[in-house]
Amino acid sequence: MTPARWFLLAAALGAAMIAGTMFGTMRLLPVDVLHGMLGSATPMHTAVVRELRLPRVLLAALVGAGLGAAGAALQGATRNVLAEPYLLGVSGGAAMGAVVAVALHAPAPLVPLAGFGGALGAVALTLLVARAAGGRGDARVVLMAGVVVGAFANAAIMVALAGADASVVRGALWWMMGSAADASWSAVRGLAVYVAIGIACLLLLARAIDVLALGEDTAAGMGVDVARVALGVYVAGSLLAAGTVAAAGLVGFVGLLVPHLVRMAGARTHRAIITAAAVAGAALVVLADLIARTALPPAELPLGAVTAILGVPFFLARLRRLA
Amino acid sequence: MIVFDDVAVRYARRELTALDGVSLGASRGALTAVVGPNGSGKSTLVRALVGRVALSRGAVLVDGESVSHGSRRALATRVAVVTQREEPAFPLDVRDYVALGRFPHLGLWRGPRRADVLAVDEAIALTETEPLRRRAITELSGGEWQRVRLARAIAQGGDAIVLDEPTTFLDVGHEMAVFELLSRLAHDGRAVLLVSHQLNLVARFADRMVLLHRGHVAAAGTPAQVMQGAVLERVYDWPLVVTRDPAVGAPSLVPLRSRTRGALP
Repeated sequence: MTPARWFLLAAALGAAMIAGTMFGTMRLLPVDVLHGMLGSATPMHTAVVRELRLPRVLLAALVGAGLGAAGAALQGATRNVLAEPYLLGVSGGAAMGAVVAVALHAPAPLVPLAGFGGALGAVALTLLVARAAGGRGDARVVLMAGVVVGAFANAAIMVALAGADASVVRGALWWMMGSAADASWSAVRGLAVYVAIGIACLLLLARAIDVLALGEDTAAGMGVDVARVALGVYVAGSLLAAGTVAAAGLVGFVGLLVPHLVRMAGARTHRAIITAAAVAGAALVVLADLIARTALPPAELPLGAVTAILGVPFFLARLRRLA
Repeated sequence: MIVFDDVAVRYARRELTALDGVSLGASRGALTAVVGPNGSGKSTLVRALVGRVALSRGAVLVDGESVSHGSRRALATRVAVVTQREEPAFPLDVRDYVALGRFPHLGLWRGPRRADVLAVDEAIALTETEPLRRRAITELSGGEWQRVRLARAIAQGGDAIVLDEPTTFLDVGHEMAVFELLSRLAHDGRAVLLVSHQLNLVARFADRMVLLHRGHVAAAGTPAQVMQGAVLERVYDWPLVVTRDPAVGAPSLVPLRSRTRGALP
């Protein structure tokens, strides 16, 4: 990618974050935002900027960065442009954990934790199934195992929701569709550490992913321990995705879409692809969250629905290019 | 330098053993060629070397050490492999692709050093791929792609280079260029182990030939020793004669039309 494009990418993230802090039920001017951050605005403006908008924008950015980077790494390691961070059962497992928590009337803060636990359980199950099938590092076997575990989780959710109260169904559904509405500074801090570690791990594996993307036999001849690197990417990518799920529920399409965008923009090696996907993912989710809370006031749209709506026209355009 | 010692490989759920006690060696300074019909076990030899199939017997040794014990990365600094098929999933630039050959020499984070850059430049010069540097590997022609893959393997360094059918899809000129280059790499001191279907070219360029048949060594030695009509006819199951090639006098195989034998096999 050319330096100009890196600059544009960073500028897009900056612009999205500024816009995300300015717009909402109460519209602020850039100068109000600045004063709000510095604490020199009216108490009202300061509270809106510091306690509501900033944590929400930052949380959205972190979720997008994690999903973008995880998607880029997983697509590379599986050599599959349809791979995405929820692949190894993350989405199904997370949803199942959340549904169980909601159905048991667990206190609200426990729901994301249950989702996180469900995601981890599903990833572990996927890798165990792949291993039992003799797949070791074989991407195809792991992908199939993820599909199986995800399908099972979805079936279990439907069974659990079939006899549930309407309020339980609504609560579970809302969480499954993703939202950054529960952002808090403590959530931002926790996720920041988590996402930073996750992306750092993926960047350490980036060069091996470049080699792995050439094919497994070739990678083996170039000194890559195929099974180990693939496993490392699956685990790091899935844990990253699971962390974002705990913070904001399921935000679909980002991890699938963003790696395509940055490759189209000219990112070639996985170090560049993963880095650019993190930045682009952050910008996309901040923008999507802004749309989610301002498009139809006073209602708030589900974040996952907005990212999907943004993604569909892009994929339609790609499809035309392919055909 | 590379020794296959009584190697046997059996694929799961298949009747025949892919390799059944194959012993052969490739030494420094020589071009060693493995030939044989489809399914004779040639590619399995290469997969056994890079650890992609488990040996049921025997060992693959590089400078006396078994490849199944040491690290893959250390092995890759000594032996570079160009596999039969390589379909890149993403459009890497040629220069980045050739630089990936230095992967086994790099640390987790540290970038390429001067020696790495020099090795890449030298490999690009040797294979005459300089004009392709900024192209994407997914946009190359078949001949360009084979040369670029060869450049990547040379950049990997080490004393040995193993190639599985490097001239498939190449026209005569490009094919000759690859053989000339391999012969030069061998005579500069590397061990070159080549799996090929091009019997006649192999007979002209190789120092040693090994003929595989159904997982066994059917013949081994100099091209003149291996290129024997009776043996080749049995192994390839097709009528043929061996003559001398008019240009350099190397043994040369000419397959005959099937009617000379009476019926299609």
